[in-house]
Amino acid sequence: MTEKTLRKGNEALAEGAIRAGARFFAGYPITPQNEVPEYMSAYMADAGGAFVQAESEVAAINMVYGAAATGTRSMTSSSSPGISLKQEGITYLASADLPCLIVNVMRGGPGLGSIGGAQGDYFQATRGGGNGDYRVIVLAPNSVEELGNFPKLGFELAEKYRMPCMILADGILGQMMESMAFHFDPIDPRALGKLDWAVDIEKNGRPKRKVFSYKGDNLIADVTERAKRYGLIEKTETRWEERDCEDCDVLLVAYGLSSRACLEAIQKAKEEGLKVGLFRPITLWPFPAQRLAKLATRAKAVLAVEQSLGQMVQDVKLAINGQTPVYLNAYPAGGQPDGNSILTAVKSCLNGGKEGLFDLQEHAEGFAYECKRDLSLGVQGDCKGGK
Amino acid sequence: MTIIAKKPQSLTDIPMHYCPGCGHGIVHRLMAETFDELNIAGRVIGVAPVGCAVFADDYFACDMVQGAHGRGPAIATGIKRSKPQAIVFSYQGDGDLASIGMAEIVHAAVRSENITIIFINNAIYGMTGGQMAPTTLVGQVATTAPKGRDPKLQGWPINMCEMLSQITGAKYLERVAVDTAQHVMAAKKAIKKAFENQVKGVGFSMVEVISQCPTNWHASVEQALEFVRTQMMPQYPLGVFKDEGAK
Repeated sequence: MTEKTLRKGNEALAEGAIRAGARFFAGYPITPQNEVPEYMSAYMADAGGAFVQAESEVAAINMVYGAAATGTRSMTSSSSPGISLKQEGITYLASADLPCLIVNVMRGGPGLGSIGGAQGDYFQATRGGGNGDYRVIVLAPNSVEELGNFPKLGFELAEKYRMPCMILADGILGQMMESMAFHFDPIDPRALGKLDWAVDIEKNGRPKRKVFSYKGDNLIADVTERAKRYGLIEKTETRWEERDCEDCDVLLVAYGLSSRACLEAIQKAKEEGLKVGLFRPITLWPFPAQRLAKLATRAKAVLAVEQSLGQMVQDVKLAINGQTPVYLNAYPAGGQPDGNSILTAVKSCLNGGKEGLFDLQEHAEGFAYECKRDLSLGVQGDCKGGK
Repeated sequence: MTIIAKKPQSLTDIPMHYCPGCGHGIVHRLMAETFDELNIAGRVIGVAPVGCAVFADDYFACDMVQGAHGRGPAIATGIKRSKPQAIVFSYQGDGDLASIGMAEIVHAAVRSENITIIFINNAIYGMTGGQMAPTTLVGQVATTAPKGRDPKLQGWPINMCEMLSQITGAKYLERVAVDTAQHVMAAKKAIKKAFENQVKGVGFSMVEVISQCPTNWHASVEQALEFVRTQMMPQYPLGVFKDEGAK
């Protein structure tokens, strides 16, 4: 069970999901997560499950909707632009109280962006890209080992609260190889008890069951009832990791791959006599706000390190609520942090400097922009009449 | 006392909300009779659409799943692949199946998913109030084609059975109508066959039902039935477009 093996992140995730009892996978090719559907196409059938290469991400997430409705541990994986397409299905899954696992191996965005690793989808993951009041549990692994072990946690949380759970990884985590171990015995889902809401073929005289998204006149009751589960999750399911947090001057906050670079920064800071700690949210929703707020009171500054243009920092600021200054060290669009660049930002936090700290409005200082229409280039012309 | 006609057991007692003259209720009943007669009621799982039949999950007595517009064949795929013993249907209208869900229906046929599709074609968006559908006839007035469908601007109606018949994985395709008793009986036969195919594992089966929408056609029931016969059927001829069930 705890035997160490060398695995690629995406393959560890796929193997971990099958071991966690996933028996339905639908996906569509997109870099940098292709090893996941490839692995599933090779091994899912042997495990007694079904793999479908869908015609689109939209179809894939809706196949998951159907499979999840039967109580089958179901999942899909994709990367950023593909996750955008899945948003319709995710809000429907949330509305129909269906548990499932969605994996986003993030790449650069917006749009087609790039195929390199990035963390630009924090808002999309935690705020929801779909319509309506809903939440998705978001788990952020920072190692190949966590990629392999989080599917089990994800399915268990999704089923416990009847809602989608997302694993938010990135292209580098997905592609890199590390020594890892699975910390659980493979689960045979046939031995798991049946879910009391799932549609099924063995009805044995029970009343009919419906899995549905349209709530009509019952919508207010439905949404407010579901919100109780969300509140309970915020109270009881936050997960995080602390490193030297109790006695630090600068508290770094980072998730996923960025947190690994922070560990390097902490080491370098120590060598220079600086006290730097790391608070790593493992659940991005629910965000571990309470613990972070408590730790922040003891620090001189809090520095959010993220591979995006200031997304997670909003949750950090909400948690800390002005008690301690919060700064941002940003690496958007596929930029990669390293120990030295983070350390530079740490020093700026302490000495009032600006190097390494990102502020959107300061970034635009001295910048002017104007939309130009130029009659000397001709006129737009008449577009009346259509085709 | 001998009972000579009764409500199929596969329908619930919930009163249907469909407009007078609408074809949905007839088709629901034909499907429910089929489930009873084939003795498959216990293992049917249906997928209800977005549109007028969004409440179909109330009317069928079997377990039901209701999902996003156009995605029925994908949802049905997920159900069927997870529960291969289930008899799975996706019930869809023309906007649902032939517009927003075109990719899902085509690829369910390409994969020859062993599911049954019941496709209600009434040439209009019903629930949203009479907008132009992909199946709206040339010249037919809709709220988004106030001067009638003009091929120069909106193209021509799409014939799904004919189109899907080009796909190897599509195993049974038949177009029927529910405007007369005779046609209703033929529709029943087609629907029954489409479910029998699934029991036998034949593969993708679809029955297209030409249906009437008096409300959004702004017609009396009688006028609507006349429209089916004189306008719809020339564009959408009834018949079998593919039948590989026996092979």
